[in-house]
Amino acid sequence: MATLIDAPPPTVATPKSKSAGGGLGKYILIRFLLIFPTIFILVTLVFFLMRITGDPITAAQGGRLPQEQINALVHQAGYDRNLFIQYIEYLGNIATGNFGRTISDGRSVAEMLAKFGAATLELAINSLVVALLVGIPLGMFAAHKRDKVPDAFLRLFAILCYATPVFFAGLLLKLTFSVTLGWFPVAGRASTTTELAMGKLAAPSGVYWLDALRSGNLAAFGDIVHHAVLPAVALGLLTAGVFLRLVRTNVIGTLGKDYVEAGRSRGVSEYRLVTKHAYKPALIPIITVMGLQIALLLGGAVLTETTFEWKGLGYQLAQYLTARDFVAVQGIVMLLAVIVAVTNFVVDIAAALIDPRVRY
Amino acid sequence: MSAAELKPKKKALLDRLPVTSHIRQSVGLQRTMLLAGVVLCAVFVLAAVFAPLLAPYGYSQISDAAGSFPAQAEPGGKHLWGTTVGGYDVLSRVIWGSQTAAAVIFAAVLMSIFLGVFLGLVSGYVGGWLDRVLVVIADAIYAFPTLLVAIVMSIAINKGQSGFWGGILACGFAITAVFVPQYFRVIRAETIRLKAEPFVESAQVVGASSARIIGRHIFANATRTLPLIFTLNASEAILTLAGLGFLGFGIEPSSAAEWGFDLNKAMSDASSGIWWTGVFPGLAIVLTVVGLTLVGESINDLNDPRLRGRKRAGGKSKAPTAVNQKEVSA
Repeated sequence: MATLIDAPPPTVATPKSKSAGGGLGKYILIRFLLIFPTIFILVTLVFFLMRITGDPITAAQGGRLPQEQINALVHQAGYDRNLFIQYIEYLGNIATGNFGRTISDGRSVAEMLAKFGAATLELAINSLVVALLVGIPLGMFAAHKRDKVPDAFLRLFAILCYATPVFFAGLLLKLTFSVTLGWFPVAGRASTTTELAMGKLAAPSGVYWLDALRSGNLAAFGDIVHHAVLPAVALGLLTAGVFLRLVRTNVIGTLGKDYVEAGRSRGVSEYRLVTKHAYKPALIPIITVMGLQIALLLGGAVLTETTFEWKGLGYQLAQYLTARDFVAVQGIVMLLAVIVAVTNFVVDIAAALIDPRVRY
Repeated sequence: MSAAELKPKKKALLDRLPVTSHIRQSVGLQRTMLLAGVVLCAVFVLAAVFAPLLAPYGYSQISDAAGSFPAQAEPGGKHLWGTTVGGYDVLSRVIWGSQTAAAVIFAAVLMSIFLGVFLGLVSGYVGGWLDRVLVVIADAIYAFPTLLVAIVMSIAINKGQSGFWGGILACGFAITAVFVPQYFRVIRAETIRLKAEPFVESAQVVGASSARIIGRHIFANATRTLPLIFTLNASEAILTLAGLGFLGFGIEPSSAAEWGFDLNKAMSDASSGIWWTGVFPGLAIVLTVVGLTLVGESINDLNDPRLRGRKRAGGKSKAPTAVNQKEVSA
């Protein structure tokens, strides 16, 4: 064993062997460099589309302030200059991390993104947990019961998950579990006392349950989980449907393989066959598609946050949209674009690490 | 004359139409799902077309001869599904909403098929830097959350506020921006594949212009998958429209009824236990999307021979398949 392990590293480390097969390092580098054109294109498109009909100040304050005052503000902010010059300036500002200030409440966009981004991250993690807990076991079960009655019901369930807009799912959950049964709070991330306790922490991560655990505040942790259930379920079910179908299709594919049949003939239990033998090789395509779901998750988060008054990026986005504050909207859209681009990068790398055949 | 001679060789019209031929092919559970989908879609289309006849009141009507409507009245009596806080009749708004949804889907899918197919054909056929630039842009938009694309587009078009037709066009364009990359990818891939086919080469040799080759030879062959993409996208269009409406970016309530907007208004009602303002428009969205998805999925499964359910022995179309299988195994 020792010789086997000792031998390969030197050969792997030499640049010669790396360049030979279009190695992993090169792939990661190329894939990493590809993030930038994607972000650049989105930045450009968003900038020009949002400016096509006019400047942000007129959009936000039009009709509320006298025209001369608006003109003065527009001039002061430099929105009356050549659009192309503004674009170059905007690119320069982004590169140095300056996203400008919101028009409606005069906040720094960068600070706003950091503050509310954490809340969105928390919601995304929570709902991903729900989606995985619901989607994967049900998907395996559906694959096991292929073309039988439970499978048909689960397929319908998956379609229903996809067909129900998160805000309608949220409304139904609220009506059932908050208003009628009174089990969960109607809205918000935490009760006021917990919010205050979280605000007092020295170096908060912004993800409430993480902060509560780190500070050892178990009462707050309970309160946070209590608030998190309904939003996480509403958003989680949307993605759970996708996971269910994905797991089902892929496990059905691997269940037909010879080695599974061999396992069955050796007397491996059907449960173990589905959950271990067939499931593990089916993971690679699942991971790839999960990465693509991040876009669905973020879009859903915007609607979920509005539904449950969860004060994250999506909630803020809706507020700023109503106020027609397009500087803030642009900042949020930009951040989400970066998140999507980076996630896709990570997913591609993960897929390449798991399966050596995947190369660009 | 030649057209008349050819006609008998073609199958009956009923067999060639996308959905009806699929119903004939299907069996068992697959058939049930397809039929359920078709029924749901039919209900949606009928409600949209006959909204003026079906709806008891107008979508922005808050009073009739007997006086103004009560606010937040429970379902029953004069208002079968109750009224909203503004005094709108919920049933009427749900029915009128189907008309708005249908108009938006129609506009959006038509525009995106037009643009997406055109760009895909040209990009795939011409190739070179044009192709590369278009692919990178399409991929960037494709990776982005659809709702955000729609929001940015609707800001670009009219700062997000508009009347009925303006709103429908704006929503249509916003959804178009989401779908063009998808059509573009499918059609481009098909075009690149078809470009290498002998019939394209022979058309080039004969001296047909690029426009003719793209417009006739490739177009006819590359667009076979469109009915499938249409049903899948129509459902996504409804969800995007509802999302836009929910965020207040749809069509103003006085100029049209829109399910997403109604759900937004129903959110605050839910806390006080008023369920009918939200449940009915929500169900309308869910059932329409389920219907479209069932049709789309069934067509997809039926087009894929591996997923198609087999007919019982003695079924009409069993014989040719059996012959084919024998040929393959022999």
